[in-house]
Amino acid sequence: MGTTKVIHALYTDDDVLMSAVKAVKAEKHYIEEIYTPFPVHGLDKAMGLEPTRIAIAAFLYGCVGLIVATAMMNFIMIEDWPQNIGGKPSFSYIENMPAFVPIMFELTVFFAAHLMVITFYLRSRMWPFKNAENPDPRTTDDHFLMEIPIQDNEKQLKALLAKTGAVELHVVEKDAH
Amino acid sequence: MYKLSKRLIITAITLIIVGATGWVSSYTALHHLSLEDVKAMLADEHAHHGAAAYHSEDSHNKADHASHDTAHDDGKAHAAMIHSVHKAGHPEDAGHHHEDHHNTSTHDGENHPKEANHHDDQHAEHVLHQMHNRPYAALYVAAFFFMMISLGVLAFYGIQYAAQAGWSPVLFRVMEAITYYLLPGALIVLAIGLWADDHIFIWMDPEVVAHDKLIQGKSGWLNKTWFAIRGLIFIAGWSLYRYFSRKFSLAQDLADVNDNSNFKKNFQISAAFLVFYIYTESMMSWDWIMSVDPHWFSTLFGWYVFASMFVSGITVIALITIYLKGKGLMDFVNDSHLHDLAKFMFGISVFWTYLWFSQFMLIWYANIPEEVTYFVTRIEDYNLPFFGMLILNFIFPFLVLMNSDYKRVPWFIVMAGIVILFGHYIDVFNMIMPATVGDRWFIGLPELSAVALFLGLFLLIVFYALSKAPLLPKGNPFIKESEQFHY
Repeated sequence: MGTTKVIHALYTDDDVLMSAVKAVKAEKHYIEEIYTPFPVHGLDKAMGLEPTRIAIAAFLYGCVGLIVATAMMNFIMIEDWPQNIGGKPSFSYIENMPAFVPIMFELTVFFAAHLMVITFYLRSRMWPFKNAENPDPRTTDDHFLMEIPIQDNEKQLKALLAKTGAVELHVVEKDAH
Repeated sequence: MYKLSKRLIITAITLIIVGATGWVSSYTALHHLSLEDVKAMLADEHAHHGAAAYHSEDSHNKADHASHDTAHDDGKAHAAMIHSVHKAGHPEDAGHHHEDHHNTSTHDGENHPKEANHHDDQHAEHVLHQMHNRPYAALYVAAFFFMMISLGVLAFYGIQYAAQAGWSPVLFRVMEAITYYLLPGALIVLAIGLWADDHIFIWMDPEVVAHDKLIQGKSGWLNKTWFAIRGLIFIAGWSLYRYFSRKFSLAQDLADVNDNSNFKKNFQISAAFLVFYIYTESMMSWDWIMSVDPHWFSTLFGWYVFASMFVSGITVIALITIYLKGKGLMDFVNDSHLHDLAKFMFGISVFWTYLWFSQFMLIWYANIPEEVTYFVTRIEDYNLPFFGMLILNFIFPFLVLMNSDYKRVPWFIVMAGIVILFGHYIDVFNMIMPATVGDRWFIGLPELSAVALFLGLFLLIVFYALSKAPLLPKGNPFIKESEQFHY
């Protein structure tokens, strides 16, 4: 676990930030992270981030929810304590399925939504009592911060970033994680 | 600007001619069937399938079992009652007719040879009527399906104006072209309905009404004159909106850059139209569809039909847009527009399923005989189209259009779109056929040729309208936003 040197470039406008990101990417520099006070439309594409896979996870979580609902209702209403549903005492899950569809739907949504949020938190390394990783509190207000690791190209990077309209440039030592 | 191509005209006219010929020949063939033919056919079916497989017989036998659901046999009795007995001029007491016939069918299996024989005759008569009804119903289903596409698009178009949507103006000319079919299409539906008379709408037969207390109670609404007047009012309202909206839309193109008065007028009439539409669409669905089963009713039927027409309409907008874009005529339409249309196709398919299920579950749960008979007929006699429709209209578009990237791939949209359109044709089929042809249904010559006939007419009229104006409504105040639309 060593430390790495990174450069922090601050911007005050999202359009300036966007063109800066494009300029930095055009020079083939790696952008470690960008901190913004609000979601900037198209930033992920400009940074060259891979598309999110949360949708696939959500679909799988939904399937889990559907299976849980089916198994649960089958156990509760058919096996453990057979119920006469709507005057149709057939005691078969499939024949009584219309009655269970709302529950199947709700649990599908419930599982997909909750597990998706939890996945997102874990994937973003956010959990209770964790110290914020935010390098500059102004990024929660009106500043945008771009973080670029330095590999013996400090001067070149500084010149480039200054040209893109950065209002401040800081070189910081950062713990590698 | 799109120019009506010769090839398209020839294709459309061929479809019309082939469809008309096919339909007329099936009409003559089915219309010349006599009672003797039907009896021979039924005897033949008996010999081939055996008594157990023979549906109607089977259900009557089942009706004798104590465990059997009363709803079922009431449903059968009901269907048989409306279609055969009255027409045969059966000399029974009018007031007690329902019960009488009910008894006839329940005791049928108990070896009363005289009654059974009598019932066989009645049954053959009933089947003959169903077979006579088939070409009318086939024509009506196809006519309604294409009219419904146009009406759905008109509502979608009205919503875009009323919401002052910024993404969609590049698609307005396609929508205006599709709605051009509404006036002829709706008049044709109404005309077929009135011409087919009791072949589709059993309540139009005065003899049936004379013996049916329930229909008598509804005759203030369900009578031929008022039906025709209502239909004309609906069509007049929709067509007036369509006419003025198109007029203002074209006028806006020629107007000065700073003059948005035509757009504002369009905004106002669209808002008014949507109010008119939601009432008339609902009433139209009672009149033109739900009344084929005059004893049955569902309070959300209007919404259900609306969902069907909305998703079919949006699908057709997407298909025509992709076609024109493929010809290089709509380069201003980008991936994001297609993505949004596909999102609507996906979303409204789910919405349709939600309404379908809401209607089904309440009736299934309550299990009231007069209501549940509607679904009993469909599940027993229409099992494949009834449940197949759920796969076509829900599961398929749900899985295919779920992925965000696929919504931008034209051939994916086309594939899903064709399945959705087929599924909603089946939906209309399931709404009309059980009440008219009963278990004598098939998607054969009359159905397919009726679809070809109206498809040809639809293509001809829609593409003619497309060729009448530039494809880009350049005067729309949101046109810049729409052209640059991306997500």
